[in-house]
Amino acid sequence: MDRAAKKEAVVKAIKEKFGVAVRDVSEYTGDTKVLIALDSIHDVLLFLRDEHHFVYLTDLFGADRFTSEDRFEVIYNIVSLKTGVRLFVKTWCPEENPVVPTATDIWPGANWNEREVWDMFGIRFEGHPDHRRIYMPEDYQYHPMRKEFPLLGIPGSIDLPTTTPDTE
Amino acid sequence: MSLEHSLKNNGFLTTSLDFVTNWARANALWPMPMGLACCAIEMMAFAGPKYDASRFGSEVMRFSPRQSDVMIVAGWCTYKMSHAIRRIWDQMPDPKWCIAMGACASTGGMHRCYGVVQGVDNFLPVDVYVSGCPPRPDALLNALMQIQDKIKSEHSTTLDA
Ligand code: SF4
Repeated sequence: MDRAAKKEAVVKAIKEKFGVAVRDVSEYTGDTKVLIALDSIHDVLLFLRDEHHFVYLTDLFGADRFTSEDRFEVIYNIVSLKTGVRLFVKTWCPEENPVVPTATDIWPGANWNEREVWDMFGIRFEGHPDHRRIYMPEDYQYHPMRKEFPLLGIPGSIDLPTTTPDTE
Repeated sequence: MSLEHSLKNNGFLTTSLDFVTNWARANALWPMPMGLACCAIEMMAFAGPKYDASRFGSEVMRFSPRQSDVMIVAGWCTYKMSHAIRRIWDQMPDPKWCIAMGACASTGGMHRCYGVVQGVDNFLPVDVYVSGCPPRPDALLNALMQIQDKIKSEHSTTLDA
């Protein structure tokens, strides 16, 4: 069985196990993307790790689709170290309450990636052990990778150091 | 007649003293390397044997602000980093000078975004701006020589009245 056939088998197994929770399967430049409904995403990821040896989380990132429904997207880029198959598993969450279950209990390495997604997009990860911003200052109010955020930032939202030295 | 009195009457000694202190300061400009990004690589070349900053007395990169005279800000500076830079700058003893090396340190350069300070002169008094991305080490040497010229035209010796 070559790798494409192995990948097909994995996608088929997900479809069989989770049925309508698999909302879409698409392929682009050789990468297969599987869109999963939000309430099943954690089960699907756990299933992929335990049953298909997707033990390697290469990347986890967010995207702002800028649509009125299901605006934000979280993408898991995972590799099975047994078969070498790479899958992109995605899920959508709404703008009003962007909460996604954490993947840190599946892959501990998801920790910092999820913090980055929180920092940049404002998507919260339920059950994350250390839910802080990772890049921007801790008291920062905004999420700069959202599409409506201005390129140069909000003037005055981050303090510059004072330029008058302390007097004696 | 006291020494102060003789100084007051005669400008010759103060101008000569100016000359000596300026000569000493200009030829022992110890840099504080504030290497933040890619420009720092060119700054290392500037200190290395080929471009040889020691010809100008600037070979001793001091990683302690208390021992340095000129801060070379090499690279783009984020808002988070700006506080650390300013704190280091405030710890440097007077007199001190500052070089903004490269497009990023001077204006923010191509990093026109929310996280990067658009020019370190927003929080530092910069003496010389060096253009280029990155500037060649020669350009940094030129900036150093301009600071030397600036020092040599200073009148820093004053009399306590
Ligand atoms: S001016 Fe160019 S080389 Fe220097 S820090 Fe900016 S991007 Fe890097």
